[in-house]
Amino acid sequence: MAVDLPGAGAQAYLSPRPERVAAIERASGQRISLCYQCQKCSGGCPLGFAMDLLPHQFIRYVQMGHLEELWHTRTIWLCAACRTCVARCPNGIDLAAVADALKQEAVRRRLPAKESAVQAFHQAFLASLQNRGRLHELSMLIRYKLKSRGPLTQDLDLGLAMFRRGKLKLLPEGVRRQKEIRALFARAQQGGNGSGAL
Amino acid sequence: MARYSYYPGCSLHASAAEYDAATRAVFGRLDLQLQELADWNCCGASSGHALSPYLAHALPLRNLVLAEAQDQELVVPCAACYNLLRVTQAFMAANHEEARELNRDAEEILGRPYRGQVVVRHVLEVLSTPAMLGAIRASVRRPLHGLALAAYYGCLLNRPASVSFEENPEQPQRMEKVLAAVGAKPLPWPARTDCCGASLALSRPDLVGHLVHEIVSAARRAGAAALVTVCPLCQANLDGRQPKGREMPVFYLSEVVGVALGLKGAAGWLARHLVDPRPALRAYLA
Ligand code: SF4
Ligand code: SF4
Repeated sequence: MAVDLPGAGAQAYLSPRPERVAAIERASGQRISLCYQCQKCSGGCPLGFAMDLLPHQFIRYVQMGHLEELWHTRTIWLCAACRTCVARCPNGIDLAAVADALKQEAVRRRLPAKESAVQAFHQAFLASLQNRGRLHELSMLIRYKLKSRGPLTQDLDLGLAMFRRGKLKLLPEGVRRQKEIRALFARAQQGGNGSGAL
Repeated sequence: MARYSYYPGCSLHASAAEYDAATRAVFGRLDLQLQELADWNCCGASSGHALSPYLAHALPLRNLVLAEAQDQELVVPCAACYNLLRVTQAFMAANHEEARELNRDAEEILGRPYRGQVVVRHVLEVLSTPAMLGAIRASVRRPLHGLALAAYYGCLLNRPASVSFEENPEQPQRMEKVLAAVGAKPLPWPARTDCCGASLALSRPDLVGHLVHEIVSAARRAGAAALVTVCPLCQANLDGRQPKGREMPVFYLSEVVGVALGLKGAAGWLARHLVDPRPALRAYLA
């Protein structure tokens, strides 16, 4: 069946795959089958203008169990987890939690992200924590720049202005019991908690 | 004297050190003692839940366990940290198999389980109780008469509604109450709970710039001299991502209260901002 992405205005006929819906409902903790396409989520979404699928369209794909189509969308990475949709949805669906579950699956399958810089940022952020248990902004920034392979000069002015005002600390700080942090990260990598494949 | 445990979070030890200093100074003047949570760790911010359903709750949980051992209410200045700590509390309280598994890990790795007994409060919640509003009013040295301010709540303090301490999470009022208590003029304006783009700041600065521009423009149309926030991420985005030209200063609520209480050190906090807020406050600074 032809699926025309992005879905805005496209006539897409999807055959339902209920078994996959159950998997993502479990992974995200959301009752996605309750969605009746009222579009309130899309009406309030602050990032909708930059997404390739609007929130209600994205949920429709999920509801039909068509997850492959979503791994390559901007939408799952551009959701800022502002939770405006949760506040508005008459069925209490948290789209950010669904987007998180799809991001995690896309990473697990090593699929290239349409918003690679967003993924690089999250990975640099967690890598920075893993060593010390607290964020060190400066080394995270450097790690992010190297990972995202974006223009090194982007935000250079802002970085220098922050530096001049003492906003970027040179030396990192860390927790004393770092082995606890490392143990939690190790448990996460072993696939702790709710990270079953979709 | 009330005593609290205090979870500053990573930003307040670095880019938002002025929020930390102002909050400690204001709490000290109001006779509220803050004791920093020993050995606290990063809550994972938006990256934890984006990439790992396990770390999303495990990182905040370690702090909850530490706070429980200190046996005092936990005060949090960052809206994002506050949100993640509260969401984790709700996750643990629901007591699904995942939560029980995580608590077994806590016992094994941290040496004690989470018992669900710690109370987590945001700085704004503590400052805006009727008793504290009275104490603030009584301590004002330099009332901020005539200063028109736009209170910006952003997302994470009131969404999902279950984390909110407001009567109506869609129409929060607590910041306006504190601003009125120090004599300032809180404005009605429409973008109070809009999103600043949060952690997309580095990866998609173009989108964050657009959202910030919308928010600042709305504040300007309402007649604001400055914005007021209670989150280091909102402040960083609003302060750092405005189009060059007529930029609007962005205060932390603690700074505004500190200036009105005539606290020493206020000039030092304000000198750390990217958009210099001192001209807007010239008439009130000690
Ligand atoms: S607001 Fe809820 S029910 Fe309405 S379209 Fe969005 S997800 Fe579906
Ligand atoms: S949580 Fe994500 S999908 Fe929902 S309104 Fe915010 S940005 Fe849009």
